[in-house]
Amino acid sequence: MSQRGVRSLWRDFVKQPEGILGLSILILLIIATSIALTSLPPETFREWSNPTYWVRYPKTAEPAWVNFFSSSKQPEHLILQQPAVNEDVLGEFRRVIHSYTLDYSYDDFPNDINFNYFLNYGATPPQIELRVTRPDGEVFSLVRTTAPSPPAQVAVYRFNGTISSAERILRNTVLQQSSKPNCPASALNDTRANVLIFQVSCDKFDEGSRLLRGRYTFESSFFLFGSDDRVQKTELIIGGKVFGFMGTDDLGRDIWTGVLWGTPVALFIGITVSIFGTGIGLIYGVASGYFGGKTDEVMMRFSDIIISFPLLFLLIIIAVSTRMTLGLLIVILVVFGWPGLSKVTRSIALQLKTLPYVEASQLIGASSRWVMIRHMVPQITPYVIASVALSVPGPILTEAGLSFLGLGDPTVPTWGKILNDAYTFGAGARQLWWWIMPPGVMLALTAISFVLIGNGLDKVLNPKMRKL
Amino acid sequence: MGLGRFVVTRTLNLVLVLFAVLLLTLAFAGPATDNVLKRQVESYVRGDISTRCNMLRPPSFCGDANLIKQQMEEIKQREIQNLGLNDPWWSPKRLGYSIYSLATLNLGESYFLRSYGGSNIVRDIILEALPKTILLFTTATILSLIIGLLIGIRAARKPGGILDRLISTIGVASGTVPIWWVGIIAIVFFSYTLRIFPARATPLIPPSDPAYIPALLYHMTLPLLTITLLGFGGWAYIVRNLVIGIMQEDYITVAMAKGVPERGILYGHVLRSAAPPVITLVVLSLSGSLGGALITEAVFDWPGMGRLFYTAIGALDIPIIIGLVYVSTAVYLASIFIIDVLYGFFDPRVKAG
Repeated sequence: MSQRGVRSLWRDFVKQPEGILGLSILILLIIATSIALTSLPPETFREWSNPTYWVRYPKTAEPAWVNFFSSSKQPEHLILQQPAVNEDVLGEFRRVIHSYTLDYSYDDFPNDINFNYFLNYGATPPQIELRVTRPDGEVFSLVRTTAPSPPAQVAVYRFNGTISSAERILRNTVLQQSSKPNCPASALNDTRANVLIFQVSCDKFDEGSRLLRGRYTFESSFFLFGSDDRVQKTELIIGGKVFGFMGTDDLGRDIWTGVLWGTPVALFIGITVSIFGTGIGLIYGVASGYFGGKTDEVMMRFSDIIISFPLLFLLIIIAVSTRMTLGLLIVILVVFGWPGLSKVTRSIALQLKTLPYVEASQLIGASSRWVMIRHMVPQITPYVIASVALSVPGPILTEAGLSFLGLGDPTVPTWGKILNDAYTFGAGARQLWWWIMPPGVMLALTAISFVLIGNGLDKVLNPKMRKL
Repeated sequence: MGLGRFVVTRTLNLVLVLFAVLLLTLAFAGPATDNVLKRQVESYVRGDISTRCNMLRPPSFCGDANLIKQQMEEIKQREIQNLGLNDPWWSPKRLGYSIYSLATLNLGESYFLRSYGGSNIVRDIILEALPKTILLFTTATILSLIIGLLIGIRAARKPGGILDRLISTIGVASGTVPIWWVGIIAIVFFSYTLRIFPARATPLIPPSDPAYIPALLYHMTLPLLTITLLGFGGWAYIVRNLVIGIMQEDYITVAMAKGVPERGILYGHVLRSAAPPVITLVVLSLSGSLGGALITEAVFDWPGMGRLFYTAIGALDIPIIIGLVYVSTAVYLASIFIIDVLYGFFDPRVKAG
């Protein structure tokens, strides 16, 4: 196709509202793909099906923005990993301080508080201290402990520790520090440290809300005795009920991350299958039409067989008897995805074959392959371009169906897989809309985008349709 | 003449596809089922030997662990020989037997699942589910076809009108949404929020109760509505396109010029020429929607083959899965065949040969 042809094609294409709409959705999908590929940590893709990766996330949390639409602000799940770091040398040892400051302005107590630290140390175990300064100025010392002694013969010991509000001892420590004379019994009967830390001082206990809002500072101090000892990383997790842009599922997985990862996967499946399937269908149909006669008959019967294959059942059998992978799925979808188009290209090839210039080319002695590739395929390509777009949704929806049955590639997060999880965890009965809606909407958007683009291209490239 | 040859090629196609599906099924699932059977034999033999050794007068080999092992291996090999598991699945003897047993619907016994009557024969379990799938799926297809025809013709009368544009939008949109996902949404909305329809489409009454049929129909409403609502738009859009295309043909102009009333043109000329392509599309849509409809069944918990598929996959009940693949392929191919033959009757070009 000449450059001018492409340009005028583009001009005609953008004149139609449906083509523009389809293209805009496709651009959104491409943006989602690039966000997924550039800004999401690759572990979220690899570890999607590994529940231990997602422990620091809340389970079944609503999206954070629901707070905009409700009168009470549910606590947001906060995963804080960027502390303010301070380091000073005190004689024999160093003190490393990681402190986290947060403005707590929600209408409910946090679900729990977890502080994780990752240390490297030599023979002498470091001392660890965690304190919290509350908005009213009160300071609670939560934990003062020593890291475990390293096993002998270890040069550098790596230790990951967690301080959790679920520990009984933490609750008792906080309880001691928050009791004052004249404390009402109800102020101290809560058994959880996370509530005790975030509630108003017990001498002001009767003034309305029990929750103390404002700025909290969690300060962790590590006393290190060896010169090579390091505080690798700390993180403070304030457990909440809402999280992120699309909430989380029952395993704590961030739905938004999953939905974003689903985009490149779906586009990859759809576009790969479509391009290869269309290519095979084009060549097959042209060959069938060009050779005609017995060859045509046999080739068309064969494509009839392939076209009436119940693909989903075959996929089910393959998936239950071997391990389904994305590559295998794509190969199968290509193998069974081409015959529809071959019928169309064959009928066009039958017409083209009788055109004078094709006959002339044959008369000069051009080989069959030359005639087909040079004279027929370029003529048919415009008809086929629309069908490249139109055959993208099919494979995506098939993969989604298969994954929904629990038979997709188990290592890859796809929209169908997220929906399968939602279905098995009973998200429908529990009305967890943020788990059910996004993957399905993405599926529908992707499919509709390609259908609109395909229809638009079809109208431009096959002017016979314009009359409609 | 032409019709006869057409029917013959279609039949041949049907048999070939059925055979190919069978071969592929055996190729993929054969080794897995063989392994399961071999393991069953092994555990049976182990149980047998331990019973015999615990008898009052145990056989002589029981004293020696090596002899026990030898004896076990011997019996195991004999049993495997008897079951024909020595040969691979593609050996002519076993292949012939597999084809014979599938052709006679002798599909073996399930591992875990049972029919309502308590039978573990795969054929019984599938035959219990098959009519329900046919009931739901056929009703939905016919219903959406009728609605689609009526609306499509009406839309084609005024191309570019409001109805036309609406139908075109719905037609494009409904084909791109997975039915089973809409099913989940419909259940959340109609069953859990509005509480109009039951969330599970399986009636709690046993099938022998006379109240079962009305209960089943009531439970069928929501899946039926969902499938029909997503189906009719596509049909309406197709019919509309066909009708508009045919209306531009010369013979329609001639008929109009002759003064044939609009109804006469529409039903006498247009629909008659639209029938063959519509029939072809019914075939194509069957292949596309059957899979989706089966998943939809699982979502609605409708007691048909789709739900059976879902449960069997969950329990990895391979005999049931193989049986289901085989039966649904057969049903699917049979319906394609029937529609194909209908096409032959409707399309004068086929009759002329």
